[in-house]
Amino acid sequence: MSVEITRDDVAHLAGLARIQLDDDELDRLGQELPKIIESVATVSQALEGAGEVEPMSHPTPLRNVFREDVVHECLTPEAALAGAPASEEQRFMVPKILGEE
Amino acid sequence: MTLTQPELVPFEQALTRYEPVMGLEVHVELNTATKMFCGCPTTFGGEPNTHVCPVCLGLPGSLPVVNGKAVESAIRIGLALNCEIAEWCRFARKNYFYPDMPKNFQTSQYDEPIAFDGWTEVEVDGETYRIEIERAHMEEDTGKSTHVGGATGRIHGAEHSLLDYNRAGIPLIEIVTKPIFVPGGKAPAVARAYVQQLRDLMLALDVSDVRMDQGSLRADVNLSLRPHGVTTLGTRSETKNVNSFRSVERAVRYEVSRHAGILDSGQRVVQETRHFHEDTGTTSPGREKSDAEDYRYFPEPDLAPVAPSREWVEELRATLPEPPAERRRRLQAEWGFSDLEMRDTVGAGALDLVASTIASGASPQAARKWWLSELARRANEQGVELSALAITPAQVARIQALVDEGKINDKLARQVFDGVLAGEGEPDEVVEKRGLAVVSDEGALSEAVDRAIAANPDVAEKIRGGKVQAAGALIGAVMKEMRGQADAGRVRELIVEKLS
Repeated sequence: MSVEITRDDVAHLAGLARIQLDDDELDRLGQELPKIIESVATVSQALEGAGEVEPMSHPTPLRNVFREDVVHECLTPEAALAGAPASEEQRFMVPKILGEE
Repeated sequence: MTLTQPELVPFEQALTRYEPVMGLEVHVELNTATKMFCGCPTTFGGEPNTHVCPVCLGLPGSLPVVNGKAVESAIRIGLALNCEIAEWCRFARKNYFYPDMPKNFQTSQYDEPIAFDGWTEVEVDGETYRIEIERAHMEEDTGKSTHVGGATGRIHGAEHSLLDYNRAGIPLIEIVTKPIFVPGGKAPAVARAYVQQLRDLMLALDVSDVRMDQGSLRADVNLSLRPHGVTTLGTRSETKNVNSFRSVERAVRYEVSRHAGILDSGQRVVQETRHFHEDTGTTSPGREKSDAEDYRYFPEPDLAPVAPSREWVEELRATLPEPPAERRRRLQAEWGFSDLEMRDTVGAGALDLVASTIASGASPQAARKWWLSELARRANEQGVELSALAITPAQVARIQALVDEGKINDKLARQVFDGVLAGEGEPDEVVEKRGLAVVSDEGALSEAVDRAIAANPDVAEKIRGGKVQAAGALIGAVMKEMRGQADAGRVRELIVEKLS
């Protein structure tokens, strides 16, 4: 099995992951990613001869695990914001958001 | 490269060449006590970041658990929209980098919605239109961003943004229609009627407060045009968060005009999200939808699949309210409204208000009269929906009762409406405070009539001579003297008695 990953594919993936890559890195990852995908794909060989097997997203047979609609105690705003790099007016402060308008 | 914005084409003119195709996505915030995946309260308007916990903040090690009540509401909404209910479905992570969700993903449903393949029927101008429902799925609301430093509070020019996560995680149901094909001229009204009907349905199901002004019901309007006779769909725009029924209608009209202008000039419509502006009735571009919008959905491993038993689904089906179309037919028969009266009532979004007013004791005609004339006019002046007026159906019924009891007349009733809407209290208090009661003191009335006759001898002479229709001038004089607080019918009787 061979997979072709173009330079554009790598750039697209990098964009989605918000990772900045230079030209050399784009070229190198274009070579490496197909190998990684092929390695992971060997898992599917385990299915050979196993007959019909449903893809599994959850390792347990649990279904319908529901919570009662009852209010619990919340964090205090101080506790909620304690791990934030920056805050203002009791809100989380983030750098300006780009990409719109 | 920026192209100059082509001219808008007037709506009716656009329809001569193009057929609009709509798709509506409506987000309904559920009225559960707690969030979708944690026990934080869903109450509106708390201090920033006071309704948050490790789960809705996405802190490491926290685990979400599904709110059973929200699933119940989702199933009931699906059933009320004649949907199939999934025998088995999962939640999915919608991955994106945007700080309105602290987890870097929104928990939603992807290709396994809890409800799918439904329909509902809406009425516009006496015609019934069937709207096909693609799906209704469960997800969570996002936090609220405030952009600081920009001149307009929008993202553009902002120095930084501030996040309040009180709303993050509140249960949402997203209801998505299939493409809606209706005669072009009806499209705006059908879109409005559909959203209005969803609002009514959510209220009847008691699953949401559906306050459009608070964002608990939000509509996205997808619209594309295609030349008449073409069967493929054109490129669509998605106008986000249209927050009133009237705006839904206006957004459709505006986008038809805008798309037609682009197509007429030989340009291509860009697939993008757009913002609707209430003040101007126009839309402006937001994000351009590109292949960068790739959410890499995958099944949420931290939440067990939802597999509603058929028994549970049938139990919930038994709790459904009467379907809207049947209810409208039943109410029309009960109230004795003509088709036109019923159509106007439904069109004004007054059906539930009129029904509640009647339930509070008013006659159907009186309830309809006040909501569709006096109150509709005021709502229109204020640019708000009827239901947003600061008066309750019970208060309207009480005002009518005061008229029926002869304490006030219709003219004074209008002043009572003024008072109640201005927050002066209940109708009886307004009558009291403003001194509005009709003068029923026969002696005072009789004296006022005598004075009017004395002051208008020629009119009095005409009436004596048999021209009873001239009495209007005398009634006017008496009403003026009594500052409108007289029973005009009784005044007429007195005049005729005295002059015959």
